[in-house]
Amino acid sequence: MPYNSGTQAFRQGAHNALPLTSGIVPFGLITGVTAIGMGLSPSDAIGMTLLFYSGSAQMVVMQLMQNAALPVTMVVTALVINLRFLMYSASLAPHLGQLPRRQKWPIAYMLSDQSFALCTLKIGAGGLGQHAYPYYAGTAITMFFGWNLSVLAGMYLGAGIPEDWSLGFAIPLSFLALLIPGIRNAATLGAALTGGVLAVLAADLPYNLGLLTGALGGITAGLVIESWKTPQAMPEANSEQEAS
Amino acid sequence: MSEMTQWITFALIGLGTFAIRLSFIELHTVLRIPPLFRRALAYVPASVLAALVLPAVVFPDRHAGFDWMNPQIPAAVLAALVAWRTRSTLLTLVVGMGVLWALKHWGL
Repeated sequence: MPYNSGTQAFRQGAHNALPLTSGIVPFGLITGVTAIGMGLSPSDAIGMTLLFYSGSAQMVVMQLMQNAALPVTMVVTALVINLRFLMYSASLAPHLGQLPRRQKWPIAYMLSDQSFALCTLKIGAGGLGQHAYPYYAGTAITMFFGWNLSVLAGMYLGAGIPEDWSLGFAIPLSFLALLIPGIRNAATLGAALTGGVLAVLAADLPYNLGLLTGALGGITAGLVIESWKTPQAMPEANSEQEAS
Repeated sequence: MSEMTQWITFALIGLGTFAIRLSFIELHTVLRIPPLFRRALAYVPASVLAALVLPAVVFPDRHAGFDWMNPQIPAAVLAALVAWRTRSTLLTLVVGMGVLWALKHWGL
């Protein structure tokens, strides 16, 4: 269903992203609580949150600061965790790459797992057309405010949230809610199973390399299954995509 | 770590992360995306999301081993069923958290 106007696409993007903030709000709260709890000043915590705009990298760096790790370890670990954005960037580039810099740079800064997942689902279903930018902006701005406000709230709540609420479990649950609807055929199912199992087996690897191992294994599995399923049709399907 | 070193570290991570996010969006007219890479991208969401979810579910504590009695496993399985049938993020979260709290509350 194509949108009539950019405003409508922006609103729909924001609307689709809103339920996903329920997955990041608990994570944001915990990040804020942890930052203050480990003795960071409020300005340090806010600066870190705005500079990174990446919860997993921030949590890992705070952990490393507590372990008095070397700064170079922190930089390398955080960037390895964020390497997945390279893949997101490549997959959104055909739809966002032609924009002027004053639009491109802010939206690149706001690229998140959730905006990426929502946009690729929409683009995959053929529903965005020329309105990819406003739709993406709607999702990205919603996630940006959801994240920063929840970190801020966490900083004020301090240690008020009891540990036994297990709010950290909301993060994998929100990723699960994004994952399941994206499994549409044997190849995506194979990619997910391989990626998940490999990441579990490789969980002990340092620098969060288990995540990258799982991701690369899953992608390979998806490609292999795809080539089994449609050995002849593949090149044609590809050239059609290229032409459109 | 001094205040100065700390801010330099934060700034480097921030700049590096921005550069990674911007990479292909900025350079996609210069950097052609190879066809195999483009096909591979179709499997990025499923692979990455599964690789984020599964370890987080089966290892609630990163340093502890695998435990069949971990209540996050049944909670995630039920939440996955709800996600599959309803495609609703909110319901998935409510059911997943609800099952986890129930299992912990009754000490299963």
